[in-house]
Amino acid sequence: MSEEVVQPESFAFDAESEAQIEKILKRYPPGKQASAVIPLLYVVQRQMKRVTGSAWVPVKGMDAVAARLGMAPMRVYEVGTFYFMFNMKPIGTYHLQICGTTPCWLRGSDEVLRACKDAAHVSGYGQTSEDGMFTLSEVECMGACVNAPMLCVDDDYYEDLDYESTVKLIEALRRGERPKPGSVIGRQTSAPEGGPLTLTDVPGE
Amino acid sequence: MALTDKDRIFTNLYGLHDWRLEAARRRGHWDGTKALIEKGRDWIIEEVKNSGLRGRGGAGFPTGLKWSFMPKQSDGRPHYLVVNSDESEPGTCKDRDILRHDPHTLVEGCLIAGVAMGAHAGYIYVRGEYYNEHLVLQAAIDEAYAAGLLGPNACGSGWDFDLYVHRGAGAYICGEETALIESLEGKKGMPRLKPPFPAAVGLYGCPSTVNNVETIAVVPTILRRGAAWFAGFGRPKNSGTKIFCIQGHVNKPCNVEEEMSIPLKELIERHAGGVRGGWDNLLAVIPGGSSTPMIPKKICDDVLMDFDALREHRTGLGTAAVIVMDKSTDLIKAIARLAAFYKHESCGQCTPCREGMGWQKRLMDRMVEGRAEVEEIDVLEQVTRQIEGHTICALADGGVWPVQGLIRHFRPLMEERIAAYKASKGSPAPTLPMAAE
Repeated sequence: MSEEVVQPESFAFDAESEAQIEKILKRYPPGKQASAVIPLLYVVQRQMKRVTGSAWVPVKGMDAVAARLGMAPMRVYEVGTFYFMFNMKPIGTYHLQICGTTPCWLRGSDEVLRACKDAAHVSGYGQTSEDGMFTLSEVECMGACVNAPMLCVDDDYYEDLDYESTVKLIEALRRGERPKPGSVIGRQTSAPEGGPLTLTDVPGE
Repeated sequence: MALTDKDRIFTNLYGLHDWRLEAARRRGHWDGTKALIEKGRDWIIEEVKNSGLRGRGGAGFPTGLKWSFMPKQSDGRPHYLVVNSDESEPGTCKDRDILRHDPHTLVEGCLIAGVAMGAHAGYIYVRGEYYNEHLVLQAAIDEAYAAGLLGPNACGSGWDFDLYVHRGAGAYICGEETALIESLEGKKGMPRLKPPFPAAVGLYGCPSTVNNVETIAVVPTILRRGAAWFAGFGRPKNSGTKIFCIQGHVNKPCNVEEEMSIPLKELIERHAGGVRGGWDNLLAVIPGGSSTPMIPKKICDDVLMDFDALREHRTGLGTAAVIVMDKSTDLIKAIARLAAFYKHESCGQCTPCREGMGWQKRLMDRMVEGRAEVEEIDVLEQVTRQIEGHTICALADGGVWPVQGLIRHFRPLMEERIAAYKASKGSPAPTLPMAAE
């Protein structure tokens, strides 16, 4: 919540968010509605994306969560800043998240980074391109290690990347296309390249 | 002898088939669940104990024993099942496949585990990044409700059971069971002191048990096919089948369900197309996710992939994420990147971890360059020993073990790097000890 972020003056849940909140609150026992703080912060972030085009959580959004759950605002700020997936300042249209942890690094995540810098015109991690289209983040292990290296665009995993395929992906995003998530080399999810060596004779299939 | 498809539990691991209920039933899931439940809580726990199942989330604690810690009678407080699907240990991507391709193994397992621990409600805590995966899991749960498999009188068993999905938001520490509970209660994910253990005071102050996804998901099949069937795989005390994630410098990285105690070399060569450039091009393997110390090729040659065999070599099976590194790898850099990971993920609660993970990362960054003195390798080793075991949870232990493994097996490499730096740039300027940034 650094000073230079321009915060909106107000935040109110819209009808779509209210419908989501109603469902979320039913999951937790009476009196334990604080459990919904992470889900509701997601609701705020998604509403911001829907309304402003940028997925982030403003202070007024956290205040709205606090009011709804009967929590002190500070308790919500603590959660909002503790968890990495809440953006505390506006981001670009697309959030490019490169896994740079050792399993991806071993398979060439540096090349994915280079491709993102070149194709998305972003100077480095934490930066947004001048056209406001791409924000680049380094993330820690995303759990797609047998399909390394990977790039997560918003919620979608793109896997088995190299420099060229990353550039191609970003150019497609720039054109407003959304390529199918998953392996970019046509692998069957986590099966070995060339096709599964096991599960070829599954009873019932 | 390798595992055959008829003995694999996760028959849709790769998503070749439909994950939905009808197809899952065709593959044998949700078969006779009511009858299994009717055999009762004690029978379920006894079978799980006899199967030799140990927790699949990394620590390897016997599952049946863990379940038996739950109070036999409720004192008025509800009991909770909590499933740990935070899967964030670098190298680990097995639970993801269960969530997105075989979710009904988990949903059915939750019902049975709930019965075994007297719980009428379960929460599955899915890491926030698995957004698409959580949608599949939620859809599977919705299907199960619609078919009467969950909810009041679940599966016609007379047992009421509700199951909920809860997403995290990007914090490795929430894979620690008490941090997960804190997070689920709507707080920062900071671990709790134990005791009290969750079985006495867990979620909302109620008796709770936290289990890994894979642990829960294998239970229905174990009960259907019998404890002896599961115990027949692997060596004694290391029983069963296990999903391995084979990655890094192999020709064909993949996930595969195999028999426990399979030799590491066979695992890599049979399923992952071998080490890039051949077995002799192997330098080292991290055998069980980032927290487990690496082992050099000479140990990899004949080590078995199970809890006890790896422990003998001062490492561990962990989550069975096999990270292979060939001779082109800068091992110091590989470990320095892990040190950066642990620094990033420390929750900041305990001083040795909060300060130590940063200190360790900064020193490791210098070791990558060789901008250090040889004696500092000893300082590094000594500091890791002072961090280990002095924090509330095991994050810091897992953070120092990779560095200890590097020093244990590849100290000469670190010395060479330092010598090379000195030869090209002279002795580095003395670096003052840095307590904080």
